[in-house]
Formats: sequence, C-alpha cells, structure tokens
Amino acid sequence: MKRLADIAHSRAGDKGNILVLSLIPFDEKDFDWLVQNITADRVKKHLQNQVKGNVTRYVLTSIKALQFTCEDALAGGVTTSLALDAHGKSLSYALLEMEI
Amino acid sequence: MKEKIRIGCGAGFSGDRIEPALILTEKGNLDYLVLECLAERTIALAQKRKLQNPELGYDVLLEKRLRGLLPLLLEHKTRLVTNMGAANPIAGAKKILELAKAQNLSLKVAAVFGDDVFEFLTGQEHSIENNQPIQSYGKLVSANAYLGVEAILPALETDADIIITGRVADPSLFLAPMIYEFGWGLDQFDILGKGTVLGHLLECAGQLTGGYFADPVSKPVPDLDRLGHPFVDVFSDGRGIISKVEGTGGMISEQIAKEQLLYEVLDPDHYFTPDVVADFSTVQFEEIAFDQLRVSGGGGIEKPETYKVSVGYEAGFKGEGEISYAGAHAVERAKLAGEIIEKRIKEQITNLRVDLIGLNSLHPTELSQNSKPYEVRLRVAGMCGTMEQAQLIGEEVEALYTNGPAGGGGARKMVTQVIGVVSTLLNLDQVKPSFQLFSV
Repeated sequence: MKRLADIAHSRAGDKGNILVLSLIPFDEKDFDWLVQNITADRVKKHLQNQVKGNVTRYVLTSIKALQFTCEDALAGGVTTSLALDAHGKSLSYALLEMEI
Repeated sequence: MKEKIRIGCGAGFSGDRIEPALILTEKGNLDYLVLECLAERTIALAQKRKLQNPELGYDVLLEKRLRGLLPLLLEHKTRLVTNMGAANPIAGAKKILELAKAQNLSLKVAAVFGDDVFEFLTGQEHSIENNQPIQSYGKLVSANAYLGVEAILPALETDADIIITGRVADPSLFLAPMIYEFGWGLDQFDILGKGTVLGHLLECAGQLTGGYFADPVSKPVPDLDRLGHPFVDVFSDGRGIISKVEGTGGMISEQIAKEQLLYEVLDPDHYFTPDVVADFSTVQFEEIAFDQLRVSGGGGIEKPETYKVSVGYEAGFKGEGEISYAGAHAVERAKLAGEIIEKRIKEQITNLRVDLIGLNSLHPTELSQNSKPYEVRLRVAGMCGTMEQAQLIGEEVEALYTNGPAGGGGARKMVTQVIGVVSTLLNLDQVKPSFQLFSV
C-alpha cells in the first residue's frame, strides 16, 4: 500500500479558520498523476473530520504544485482554538497519510 | 538608482532565534536586514502591555535581539527594517536609542505609526470572517491596519539607520527598500508583484533555508542546529537570487522554495497586500549554483481599495490539564480518565475538548486507528468565561492522581487569557500613516 507521503511533500499554513495545504511531487513526472487523482473532493473526504467547509484546489503548472484551501478547518482558528496544534501545522502530514 | 540590492531576513516570527541575524549582518554583506516579528495575535497582546505601561508595547525580545546587532548594523552599513514596534513603535524607537547610548553608538531611528486605528472604529463594522459586527465577539482591545510600502517609504527617504514599524504587511517590509532603491512606481503593479513574491518567500526566514521543510527520512536538510537565514539579491527588473551565508546550516533548493511560495496563500493567483494583488502562479525557480536559487516570473494587478484591519478582542480564559499513562492498557486508562473529567465538569464547561496525545491530538482519530502507542497523555482543554472556571480544568486533571485510574503521572495545569482576532476593512482615507525620527 502506498501513501501520498511516498511521492509528494506538503506544507501547512493557516489564515484564521482556513487551512492551506500545498502538495508537491518529489519527482515532477508525478505531477500529472496528482492533478488527475488528488481532487478537492478526495481531500475533503480524506480530512472530513477536520475540514468542515469547502475545499478549493489550485493547480500551479509553472512550479508543478497543487494548493488546497480548506475552509472552516481549524476549530475557529489559532487565536481561539482549543486544539493542541491550534495553527494546524502538523496537518500537512495528515494529507500525506492518504492511501493511493 | 542601483542595479542590485541585497536584503536578508534575520527573524521570521516573534520567538525566532537570535544569532542568525547577527551572522547575516556580519557575513552577509547586506544592504538591508529585515526582522519580521509580528503575528496576528502578537500585537493585541502588545497592546495590553502598553495599556499597563505606556513605555511598553513593543516586541518583548527587542532588547535581546538588537543589543548585539546594533554595532554590526553600523559597521557593515546595513539598514534595518523591522515591525518590532508592535503596538508602540515610538517606545520601541526610544528603547533602541537607549541601547545605542549604552554602547556609545550614534544612530537614527524612524518610528512608523498610524496602523493603530482603534479610536476610529465604532464596533459596528462587520468582520470578514462571519459578517458579524466586530463588537459582538467580545470586549475589543486593539485594531491595527496592515500598512503597506507607502507608510515605510518616507522613513526610508530620511537617513535613518533603523526603521521600526507596528503592523505592516510582511512582504511590504521587503518591497519598500526595493521601491526606494530602484525607483519603481507605486502604480507599476507588475513589478511590485514580483517584489512581493521575493518578500513573501523571505518573510519566514528559516522556512526558506530548510527549517520547516526538513524531514530526516524524505527531505533531509543538513545542520539544522545552526540553520542559516536567507538573503536575496534583488535586481532592478524584479528578479532575485536567493542564497544564505556560506558555512551556515540548512540549504537552498527549488523544493523548499515551492513549499514556501504557497505557505499561507489562500489563492495563488490573487495574493492581497496593501501594495498590490500579486500573482504567484507564474513564478519560476531555477537552481543556478550550490545554495543559489533564481526566482523569476510573478506579477501583479492594482492594489485593493481598502486596508485590512486586525481586531483583537477578549475571548475568555483557556484552561488546560494533562496527565500521562504508559504500558498495559495505557489508552484504555487515559480514555477512562477523560470520561471521568467530562462527567464531572461538562455541565459547567460546555466548550470542552478531550484528546489523547500520542493517539489523536493532532490529526483526526481515523488516521491513527491502527496505531497502539506504548504511552499516551490525556489532554483536557476548555474555554471559559472566568479564570476560576478555567482553573478548574487543570485542578480536576491533577486530582486524577489519587482518584484514579491507575498509574497516571506527570500532571500539568495551565490557564491563559485568550485574545481572539477577527478582521475588518477600512477605506484608504481612514488610515493616515506617519513617522517620527529619533537620534542619539
């Protein structure tokens, strides 16, 4: 069984209650596969208990990367969240757990 | 006008390490050093310190960060641009003069202010996040507009050695020296977009040299214990070459830059700052030599017609308690402990969260359902109206020592006052940036 972590890396960022996840292939040859298979719907389903709102996907062909903007995903956001990781910084590795 | 300038970033958040800025200034041959030390909530906390003492309200690490740096800045003719003024740039400037005087240094500091718009708000303004009047969130404690390059440029035009600001959009700290040195027009949005790309890449300091990137298995980065911070050679056409001081830890690579370009970016085609709406989708990277990365592309369109304002409000008190379990049935015992706490205080504290650190505190439970940790730590956190209520959470967790379940160890308790932050918008003419020059 392979996971996204085997072929791609990710960085998590936050803006208020919005979680931002990049997804970047180690090998640019895998970019097209990621574009075809790792859709916004699939990310939303994978993180359904974390992300309560919409997921929007951006495709950056110039640097061969994907960006997922996940709304209502950080228990209110860093300033008032009760989560241990209030920024959601560790959530890049939650995305990379996805089985592929 | 210059053809090329070099800008380093020596701090990427308020708690960043001290020595990378010293190394950058001493060995980096910089024209400008930027220290970015102001997160969303930091300024609201600083505002509270200023209310208690009008001489405070600047960055709490200002003295520690600048004492050793001041002589190096003067010796190497490097100008400093920093938002360490936080809620009180003028008091910050005066503190810098005090530090300089103690070392017999002669320097000029420009304090940029006008971001504090608290007195102009009625409380009726609606938040961007939920479209509710901002006063409905709680007692308001601060309101700061994200100023842009227009606030910094007049200070750069003086002979100030140091420019200290309050709330300024992070990339603007970098873009302002570029505009000043290259004579870019404030309506040349395409090139302002390119400069904003470079500022955005650098603003988190060590995140661009491999820090937040590193993973010893899939993304190894050398010598993280002495991670160097980055600098960029900016050319007058808006292109840049990113590098770091030779011999420092970390590394410069295309993979790292890709992660940083997208960091905290909601929409890569439209990155809003007070100066420009930048387009990151056309940025290109090229590794041109060891630890050297060329950045080209990017662009921008006309800037927004409003200032974004960060509003701080009192959101109550957060109480936390933790206790650990290990060995046989560790997870079962920790779960039981969590259930006991919930039964005892759920009626009083409705906004309660129970996690098992080691199992499900960071990621959703289903991702760790097959793991069986040897030890776990119960964490209970709750949001309360009063400090007394918040204290109860830690007290109840601590009381598990003798009241069970078995083998609970290492209990800790904590209470913090919570300052929430929401955003609203103000028209451009409602914000009037200004500056004042101090010298010693």
